[in-house]
Amino acid sequence: MGLQDSSQDLSTEMEVDAFRRIFPLRFFERHLSESLRPDGRQLGKARDTIVNLGLVSTADGSALAKIGSTTMLAAIRMEVMTPSTDSPDEGCIALEFHMPPICSPTVRPGRPADAAPVISKRLSDTILSSGMIDLKELCLVSGKAAWMGYLDIYCLDADGALFDAALLSAVAAFSNLQIPVVALNDNGRIVAITGGKDQDNASITEKEAVNKEKRKLTLKNIPFSLTCILHKNYILADPTTEEESIMDTLVTVVLDSSDQMVSFYKSGGSALAYSSAIKSCVELARKRAKELNQILGEMDID
Amino acid sequence: MEIDREDGRTPNQLRPLACSRNILHRPHGSASWSQGDTKVLAAVYGPKAGTKKNENAEKACFEVIWKPKTGQIGKVEKEYEMIMKRTIQSICVLTVNPNTTTSVIIQVVHDDGSLLPCAINAACAALVDAGIPMKHLAVAICCCLADNGYLVLDPNKLEEKKMTAFAYLVFPNTTLSVLPEGSSVAEGEPVEHGIITSVTHGVMSVDDYFLCVENGRAATASLSAFFRKNFQQSSSKAG
Repeated sequence: MGLQDSSQDLSTEMEVDAFRRIFPLRFFERHLSESLRPDGRQLGKARDTIVNLGLVSTADGSALAKIGSTTMLAAIRMEVMTPSTDSPDEGCIALEFHMPPICSPTVRPGRPADAAPVISKRLSDTILSSGMIDLKELCLVSGKAAWMGYLDIYCLDADGALFDAALLSAVAAFSNLQIPVVALNDNGRIVAITGGKDQDNASITEKEAVNKEKRKLTLKNIPFSLTCILHKNYILADPTTEEESIMDTLVTVVLDSSDQMVSFYKSGGSALAYSSAIKSCVELARKRAKELNQILGEMDID
Repeated sequence: MEIDREDGRTPNQLRPLACSRNILHRPHGSASWSQGDTKVLAAVYGPKAGTKKNENAEKACFEVIWKPKTGQIGKVEKEYEMIMKRTIQSICVLTVNPNTTTSVIIQVVHDDGSLLPCAINAACAALVDAGIPMKHLAVAICCCLADNGYLVLDPNKLEEKKMTAFAYLVFPNTTLSVLPEGSSVAEGEPVEHGIITSVTHGVMSVDDYFLCVENGRAATASLSAFFRKNFQQSSSKAG
């Protein structure tokens, strides 16, 4: 905005937006020194979180999770398959994380985003290792039929903390999941029951005979995650894309409802994580886990 | 109160280490690193002109290509590539050669547990062989937790499968140089106690994680010494 006198601080002469683009790190550090962030949040506070269940009517379970502007849509479809011989009474979950071009200007069609397969693998590792889902619940007939759940998570708006939002939407989708009722027909094959028609009562598998309603999975040890940025002495919880691009050290802590650590993920970054920083991140993650537990609890009651 | 390991090692004992550098002719730097039976080959090409599309042109860019021993490249390999790329970016001096790309290619020769730490160590040795400017080396180790709460370092494949949880930890190597007292201390802890990268699998308590970190740190001292000895030997042969 015009010429500045070189002896004066540029920030007093320039428009705020221009300063934010040209000197992003100084812009943020000016806010951090006041223990605030540009959107007015405290350093350890996450953005507003909303979870909506049951949006996709064609899916067996679905959820939309929004953390600030980051939006994730998760949907689960169940299919019957033959279980593998090493685990004949366990079902299976296949998780896929997609980043379509709508989510970010850096993602172009035809070329999958760099982050997508990495987040996909981290999510499936976290969900399976946390023990949230007992795969034995997905069994229908031991050795012959079991449920396979295809969980697809679509990122609709990528504004930082993608892993947190994706995990929240996956957990919410599982809590919304209703396993369809099936029966064994004369040929020994599993068919879906639509409506309340009576099939061969004698050959209905014992699980469905107990209740004809669609049933839900029991979720124990639900994992909740929080991503933080480490920058000098500051720890910023729940970063936006702008913050992630300027300060490159991200730490993701995943805790489950029994306060066990499911994952501590730090992938490089210019700042090193010392014990004090690790402890602070874990503390912030604990608080966040309580908040998220409450939000999910309110959802289930509805 | 010791846990019995099949190969007779103590819980904190690492497998025999072997490192050879400059083994390939075409790459600018190459190294082979083996911990017990796990062997990884790393090659470095670069710096080459130009950076990739979305990368910052004012800094040097790194790309990692991970080649598994068998099978097609899938999500596992992509995750390893991203972890290694970010780890290498944090240890190298990015401002010396701006607008360049350095490629690090990792070829898995044999996987017998603790594969990612082995690859990170191999990549560091290859980067030194290529002469890429670095702030310090990255020393990687795998710690796992058994059912009964015992900690075991550097597991082999069978041990990894039996464990409830494991963590791959990467620390900066200890700097032994003539610095004035207190300058290598940040926030009351020496610089080598910070974690560059940490990837965990499986559920563990927060205290167990801190225990892994402490044991990992202690073990990196011996790994750093091995690095130093290895590099000094070859440079004294050359000089």
